[in-house]
Amino acid sequence: MSTETLARPGGRTSLRERVQSLLTRLDLLLVVLLMMAVLTALQPQFFLTRENLTNIARQISSNAVLALGQFMVVATAGIDLSVGSVMGLCMTVLALLVKSGWPAVAALPAAVLLGAAVGAANGLALTRLHLPHPFIATLATLNVARGATYLLSGGVPISGLTPEVRWLGSADIPVLEGTPFATAFPVSFLVVLALYGVAAVFMGRTATGRHIYAVGGSPKAAQYAGIDVARLLVLVYVLCSALAGVAGVLLAGRVNSAYPTAGLGAELDSIAAVIIGGASFFGGRGTPGGVFLGAVIMGLVRNGLNLMNVSVFWQQVLIGLIILLAVYVDVLRRRAAEVER
Amino acid sequence: MTGDGTGLPLVEMEGITKRFGAVTALRSVDFSVQAGEVVGLVGDNGAGKSTLMKILTGVYRPDAGQIRFEGRRVHFQSPFDSRRLGIEMVYQDLGLAENLDPVANLFLGREISRRFGPWRLLDEAAMERHAREHLASLRVELPSLRTAVEQLSGGQRQAVAIARATAFAARLVIMDEPTASLAVAEAGKVLELIRRLKERGVGVVLISHRLQDVLEVSDRVVVLNRGRVAGVLEGRQARLEEVVALMVGGAG
Repeated sequence: MSTETLARPGGRTSLRERVQSLLTRLDLLLVVLLMMAVLTALQPQFFLTRENLTNIARQISSNAVLALGQFMVVATAGIDLSVGSVMGLCMTVLALLVKSGWPAVAALPAAVLLGAAVGAANGLALTRLHLPHPFIATLATLNVARGATYLLSGGVPISGLTPEVRWLGSADIPVLEGTPFATAFPVSFLVVLALYGVAAVFMGRTATGRHIYAVGGSPKAAQYAGIDVARLLVLVYVLCSALAGVAGVLLAGRVNSAYPTAGLGAELDSIAAVIIGGASFFGGRGTPGGVFLGAVIMGLVRNGLNLMNVSVFWQQVLIGLIILLAVYVDVLRRRAAEVER
Repeated sequence: MTGDGTGLPLVEMEGITKRFGAVTALRSVDFSVQAGEVVGLVGDNGAGKSTLMKILTGVYRPDAGQIRFEGRRVHFQSPFDSRRLGIEMVYQDLGLAENLDPVANLFLGREISRRFGPWRLLDEAAMERHAREHLASLRVELPSLRTAVEQLSGGQRQAVAIARATAFAARLVIMDEPTASLAVAEAGKVLELIRRLKERGVGVVLISHRLQDVLEVSDRVVVLNRGRVAGVLEGRQARLEEVVALMVGGAG
């Protein structure tokens, strides 16, 4: 045992500790920069263009938002299989509301609230009905929501949304106008950045966020500490599904339609981003920043392989290998930490 | 007997009886702790030690008998009621969130926050300062306050759990097998910690199968045997064989 506590009464966290924690957070960022450098070298005339970069930003928006909600659930050692279906359901309901004359200011919140309601059902099934694992409850809502989507849409896409509804998912905001760096930023990506910013504060700097990590680390410890674990879980599933609603709004805006197969399998992409982003599947670990980079890495892989005309089937193989690698790196890192002790 | 000088017990349990269906777990048990007193609670498995402590912390309600805290009769409906009076329990599994650091664990469920507009944000600096002062006052030494608890040794984790139980004006701390999984040197540090709590006037109940540890720090040792008090011994004078005889002897 060292005597650090005694040696520095009233002192602060040491510089070495801060540098160490910064480095473990930076390694994902290094991966992203490395990938961008490689893609720039391989496709110099395409990759670093404004169109391509804004395209990537737009494309990853939905998955990034889904992954953010999924991360909060995974942080409690849970899983939400329903996010892809909830996204599809919210898109379809949004399109139906718009078609029946609802204005954007009413239809958009309604779609997100519908998502939140499904999340409440997930959370209550888990905590009130005491279903054995979130896998079960969310598998049920995956099917219910997808079925409802087909029933409501009659199995056909609903196209032609109003410009106001599409704005979030498709518009660009010009920035740095009148300077040589003038460019345009996709609104959807600004939404993503704002959501991740709020989530970073929520998870890292509030008592509720701290309790979410505690529940994931040890539900018993959280209970001993007087935390209302059931209420917290319901909150987390509500937030996750509401974010799935937001992801649906963004996607509907981007593709200007709601198609009944939207979000099919998207839950697995969101889980992949969470895992690549360094969160532990066993709960209690990870940060919104890491998950964001996880979503960016997946977007870069897909974009890079598209630019190089590699088939989508190979893209899937590669994503699978990256998941394997990301978790293995985490295993190695934890083993190294144990040796140090 | 060591007390706070007033002679008034901090907690007094009188005639406690608890039945689970046909099984009588406790029969008219009397038990008391004074401020600054360490009471060892020993007995074979199933003797009723943890049932008695669960009644004292409000997890169970007794079928008969009463509890007084500083002379006043109390009725605990849940562990939160007992905690409000300063009765804290250190569970055998420690009840720590291993993925969080010692500061976060010390303040889990009782975080210090500050208002920033619509948000209430954690005041990490204040929590770290309080944690550092509290650990220093208990002379607990940790390699770092900001690495996950899972990186600490068993003895250090136990120290964090005890520090957590005493961080908020605890009057009575109940420890369930705090030395069971520790090496001798680390167990010694935990016993030192118990003595330090005693010096501050905190009452301590020590539940342990390691009878040497119990005899070393306890002012009194209460022996339970099949739900009854088989004997109460002075900690300093009690001999190991005496305690064992009471633990395993025929009832009554």
